[in-house]
Amino acid sequence: MAETTTSTNATQVLEPFKGVKKVTIEEYFSSGHRTCQGCESALVMKLMVKAAGPRTIVLGSTGCMYVANTTYYTTPWVVPWMHTQLGSSGSAALGTAAGLKALMKKGKMKAEPINVIAFCGDGGGADMGLGAISATLTHKEYNSLILLYDNESYANTDIQVSGSTPYGAHTTFSPPGKARRIMHTRWKKNTAGMLAAGHPECRYVATVCASYAVEMMNKVRKALSIGGPTFIHSLDPCPKGWDYDPMLSHELGELAIECGIFPLYEVEDGVVKYYGKTKAIVEGRPRKPVREYLLKQGRFAHFTEEDLTYFQAKVDEMWTWEIPAVAAFRKEPKAKA
Amino acid sequence: MTTATRAGQAPAALEDKEMLISGSEAIAEALTLADIDVVTAYPIRPYDTVMQAIAKKIANGQLVAEYIVAEGEHSQFEIVKHASTVGARVFCGSSGVGWAYAMECLVVTPALRVPMVAMVGNRALDDPGAFGVEHNDALFVRDLGWLLCWIDSSQEALDTTLIAYRVAEDRRIFLPIAISADGAFLTHSQAITKVPSKSLVDKFLPPYNRGDLQLHPDNPITVAPQVNEDWVIEIRRQNNAATERAYTVIEEAYADFRKVFGRGPENPWFEEYMTEDAEIILIGMGTISLPLKVAIRNMRAQGKKVGLVRLRWFRPFPTEKLVAALSKAKAIGVIDRDYSFGSPFGSGVVANEIRAAMYNADRRPPLLSFICGLGGREVMLEDVYQVTDLCFNAAKTGKSETKTRWLGVRE
Repeated sequence: MAETTTSTNATQVLEPFKGVKKVTIEEYFSSGHRTCQGCESALVMKLMVKAAGPRTIVLGSTGCMYVANTTYYTTPWVVPWMHTQLGSSGSAALGTAAGLKALMKKGKMKAEPINVIAFCGDGGGADMGLGAISATLTHKEYNSLILLYDNESYANTDIQVSGSTPYGAHTTFSPPGKARRIMHTRWKKNTAGMLAAGHPECRYVATVCASYAVEMMNKVRKALSIGGPTFIHSLDPCPKGWDYDPMLSHELGELAIECGIFPLYEVEDGVVKYYGKTKAIVEGRPRKPVREYLLKQGRFAHFTEEDLTYFQAKVDEMWTWEIPAVAAFRKEPKAKA
Repeated sequence: MTTATRAGQAPAALEDKEMLISGSEAIAEALTLADIDVVTAYPIRPYDTVMQAIAKKIANGQLVAEYIVAEGEHSQFEIVKHASTVGARVFCGSSGVGWAYAMECLVVTPALRVPMVAMVGNRALDDPGAFGVEHNDALFVRDLGWLLCWIDSSQEALDTTLIAYRVAEDRRIFLPIAISADGAFLTHSQAITKVPSKSLVDKFLPPYNRGDLQLHPDNPITVAPQVNEDWVIEIRRQNNAATERAYTVIEEAYADFRKVFGRGPENPWFEEYMTEDAEIILIGMGTISLPLKVAIRNMRAQGKKVGLVRLRWFRPFPTEKLVAALSKAKAIGVIDRDYSFGSPFGSGVVANEIRAAMYNADRRPPLLSFICGLGGREVMLEDVYQVTDLCFNAAKTGKSETKTRWLGVRE
């Protein structure tokens, strides 16, 4: 069979699910894992690979979704799955895609579009692996999706602060004490916005939350269909790390969006499109106060009114950006005539 | 093909093309003949010359492969590791602290039984900066399941690269191989090299077949799950068993290489130079062989019976053969182009490995250890004469000097 460059660049055609009743019933992430009760990241894995379908290879960097999912002799993965190093989700996606492409181009493997998804946690993605993800997003000839499941701490290793942990949160590396109430003084990285802004040839960057499952799956399907490297950032409430009743996972995801802390959007070929409650906020619907979200979580239990006010002000600032809640730029005010 | 021999010349030699190329360029010729699928590059001297040579081959259409310039050595090695798991033949490489930057990936590659072939253009580690050769970079991986060899000529660079793919991709092995080439002395020095035809290489080197370990939707396996204390020791032992099988597989590969190409050493493990009647045997790895051989010829002219063992394969370590070769000497002098601070006797890595290998030998000649040529400093004939004189003294007294001598160092 003659292989052309075009055929090895082809992606699967994954049309969006038109409503929850149209979602396929097959599961490719099933029983065999031991994630915590109420773990949203496990749900993200399930939805991610359900959206991708059976002709998919998944690479998982070190983190909760490695250690808790694949304990030898059990595996929840129905599709081929392989571990990669903590900072290697970008390289794993690129290497797997390049290997497949080379073999198909040279006629050593049957040519077909195979989805390549590499996932990472916020430690692996927003901290250690950011450079490799950035590099992969510049290699436009290799089709892959990197999905960052952000539970806002190194949750697998005992809940330590990451570059994606919200300001002031209590983690085992940032415990509130008598001398210092706030040990973690950094504001959360804007990972999706940074990657969208910094990689002009990456065709698709999106944010998702599993509280909105169909929207999330459809963003995965678009990311896998559009061609080239793509990136999705998922906000995953974590009962253990955030310290709340596991039954509240969905509700906390919704609140993060309604309070305007985590916006839902996609950037497709440079065009920003807001989704759901985020879209309503952009169109003028008031945001819920951040205290409604923060005070439901033990990790913010030490917050004073002063802390809540600071947090609210920082979130308010996000909505004054030139592209609200996406890119932290403002235009220079016009000089007075 | 097999019948057309003439004056003892192997048929293969008639088909060889002769080229004036460096060690790095010779490896690039071998990679083209091996039809590699994915290669990743990142700049650091002196190994990067191989990537420059491959880039030209790809640009000129002599080789079809995915050529990826990574953003650091960590990614460089991870990318090809993953490409190999879907069934691609891969190549990678680095030097000095670049190799160190990839260390995490170098750890997992043999553990995942990935048959990557990598070139280490041996270079001194930072700090302070030096471009020249030291062997400490490649030696980082000596305990991890990497098979490790040192070469000393462009011809050996080309031949060993073909042999390395054959050995690494043998299902009995599935381990990565690092080919060490001394920075500048080999990476950048040109010599006339025989380049075989593609058809002969195809006879020697079968395609890479990942088999039931291939990551593909038709083979939905889970690779490298968390095993903890339940399984990790069994898996380590499997890895060790693969390293032990490498003794046989390497010997088979060299024997086949000689059959197909009509050249190559009878003994894959080390080169013996004038050792037959040698009272003193000197030992080294890599291009240090050149000053050693010149010095030995000069000393032979004065009637001194000196020989050289140039170690090619460091992992697996050719314990039995090496002990047999060294036991017959009256004294042996090991010259390390590496260091191991705080080690027994302050010796280099090779000297201490040989001490360990000789421990149970029936006959243990005195062993003297030397460190020389670090950072690419030239090894002078005077240095070699000094080593040999000390070895002759030790042969007389029958005693090993325990201290390690550093040669050619300003005092």
